[in-house]
Amino acid sequence: MKYIDPHVHMVSRTTDDYQRMALAGCIAITEPAFWAGFDRSSAQGFFDYYRQLTEYEPRRAALFGIQHFTWLCINPKEADDPGFAREVIALIPDFLKCDNVLGIGEIGLNKNTKNEKIILEEQIALAEKHNQLILVHTPHLEDKRKGTRLIMDALSASQIDPGRILIDHVEEHTVAEVLDRGFWAGMTLYPDTKMTPQRATDVIEMYGSERIWMNSAGDWGCSDPLAVPKARIEMSRRGHQMSLIDKVTLDNPRTFLSQSEKFVLKAE
Amino acid sequence: MAETGFSCPQTREQVINMYFLEHRAKLLDVAAFLDRLDRARPTASNVDFREAALNEAVRILVDGQPQRAKRILALLSDSTTEIPQSAHGMKGASGAVRVNSGGAS
Ligand SMILES: [Zn+2]
Repeated sequence: MKYIDPHVHMVSRTTDDYQRMALAGCIAITEPAFWAGFDRSSAQGFFDYYRQLTEYEPRRAALFGIQHFTWLCINPKEADDPGFAREVIALIPDFLKCDNVLGIGEIGLNKNTKNEKIILEEQIALAEKHNQLILVHTPHLEDKRKGTRLIMDALSASQIDPGRILIDHVEEHTVAEVLDRGFWAGMTLYPDTKMTPQRATDVIEMYGSERIWMNSAGDWGCSDPLAVPKARIEMSRRGHQMSLIDKVTLDNPRTFLSQSEKFVLKAE
Repeated sequence: MAETGFSCPQTREQVINMYFLEHRAKLLDVAAFLDRLDRARPTASNVDFREAALNEAVRILVDGQPQRAKRILALLSDSTTEIPQSAHGMKGASGAVRVNSGGAS
């Protein structure tokens, strides 16, 4: 069994987690740039983080035969100060040349503010200018539906093909609108506050398996880097075909990510 | 995107066999949480908006209509259209909105 975890924050995880993921069949991960749990005090903090994502993490993953890809941006939580955010964004173009950078992400909204939206639009423009894929973060609780709609409107105002954009953390009340507007949808499997493997399987039964993937979004909070293989088990014990299970945990991520010429799987 | 009909590969009986005990336990967690609220001393005269939202959500569970998860999430969603300038001074997300401020749409 092979799978891809297309959204996991390995900088916050131990090397043991890479080992356990490899044992569970993980062949590749993609790691979006995100909030560290505290606000960085300078743009230099992001420069170091981007080096970690482009130099150090690929080496650590390779020790276990896992390919490591990444996405760069300033996350929405730290994007509420536009002046600071622009200093950070100015660092990104140089890093886009790195071998494992697939695009801009995870951009989006956190508190659905005008400041966040301005920086979201500037990062969409950055992706457009450099012909990059986009990975989108959506707010997690009562602000998810409003935030998802605002983000989709900002994306639709660009010339970027929605098929090159994945909107993550969808739930039952946002997935249909995301898919109907032509975007890809990601479901985040979290032990407490987000989708369970059971609900993610329900969503696939209700909305189909086209343009949709699952990820663990494992990070420094309560999260589970083995959430994707656990969802595979959930689908299997419910009686779904292995071809469907492989589609949503391997084939779909590969199809979306392969739109970047840098995403080439060695294991195949 | 329309929902399909019988899209779960299991029969009703198989679903119950596989999931009943898990969800029996989750339902008891909700019941015990509501009992705990009853045993806790109130600090305000009004019902907390989250408690009110939860009580509304429980009605959806037993109304016999489809798409319960989607409708509960909609009930717990911000339906306002204003966009504040900055997040400065804003509280963290609470997971619910005041029920009378409108949810499902
Ligand atoms: Zn993330």
